[in-house]
Amino acid sequence: MGEVNGPTTTRVFEGSEQGFATTRLDALLGWARKYSLFMYPFVTACCGMEFFSMTSPRYDIARFGAEAPRFSPRQSDLLWVVGTISQRQAPVLKRIYEQMLDPKWVLAFGTCASCGGFYDNYTTLAGIDKIIPCDVYIPGCPPRPEAVFDGLMLLQDKIARGDRTPGIVKPRNDPGGLVQLGHKTGTKAPA
Amino acid sequence: MSQKLLDILKAQFGSDILETKSEHGDDTAVVLPGSWLKIARFLRDDSRCDMQMMVDLCGVDYPSREPRFEVVMHLHSINLRHRLRLKTRVGDAEGDGAELDSVVSVWSGANWFERETFDMMGVVFVGHPDLRRILMYPEFVGHPLRKDYPADKAQPLVPFREGYEKLPPFDRFEGMSFGRQVFRSGKAD
Repeated sequence: MGEVNGPTTTRVFEGSEQGFATTRLDALLGWARKYSLFMYPFVTACCGMEFFSMTSPRYDIARFGAEAPRFSPRQSDLLWVVGTISQRQAPVLKRIYEQMLDPKWVLAFGTCASCGGFYDNYTTLAGIDKIIPCDVYIPGCPPRPEAVFDGLMLLQDKIARGDRTPGIVKPRNDPGGLVQLGHKTGTKAPA
Repeated sequence: MSQKLLDILKAQFGSDILETKSEHGDDTAVVLPGSWLKIARFLRDDSRCDMQMMVDLCGVDYPSREPRFEVVMHLHSINLRHRLRLKTRVGDAEGDGAELDSVVSVWSGANWFERETFDMMGVVFVGHPDLRRILMYPEFVGHPLRKDYPADKAQPLVPFREGYEKLPPFDRFEGMSFGRQVFRSGKAD
């Protein structure tokens, strides 16, 4: 999930003196948009720590052209909802979303933003999709940066295809399985 | 250690003290709600008590009891190094008439604690300078930490969207279910 291997819409014809490319306008726009996502971080809770680590040089979000944060919704086109949204915050989030200019995308970072998580009570909004449409859900409490980049690549893929149906990041293989395998074969698991 | 603190209270206020308890090094006095402010002021000003610090104030809901709510205040003396837990009981079985004198005039730090207790439990503090909700929004109806408030009953400020479906593995029953247990009245607390 998340890797970009769809059919390319750009072809380069060789043979002439300089070469030229043909493409469709929407494909060109999609290509340009998916590599220039300006993000608006709506960071409310503990998932923020993982968000900061994701934007650090170690994980290097600049590879995806999505590293520029804009703290004005009017200048951004990707809304990162990172953390728990309470009922009291819901009007603020909706207003931020409405202030953003089209085209705009929304990414739910973590289980709380996706469905409310274990906050199953009177004070928490059970998923931001109850008030704003959401493009990509990244489950995890919090999700690892790898899962977030899976989600970002999934979103880029959807932008390139012009697809607005919601997508969800599938869980990767559990590395705990390796330890269990070692236990079965009798080899000692690393301490 | 400060059993003598309870003795001072009993000697001073007599029948205003409903019961006292001293266990695990903690001293507790349950007092009449009418003398709440009077006792608080005495505990701060008397040189043998000298409670400069109000540590905590909160409410507890015992739905099968009458009076229903217990307001608990924890006091601490920095100079004399002793503590006291002061309780009182207010409110009828429906939760109405839960009124208590505010102690903001004694410890101004009690201001937000009383607002929180009012917000969560619905105990009205008479004489509080600014008794508004502090955690929930003003549009919220009811008091969410009362045992008869359904824990998952949300009161949204913006209307929810319709016509969308949750993707698996999320669904509307995602999450932990302990919030959906319905309180049955008459059950022992």
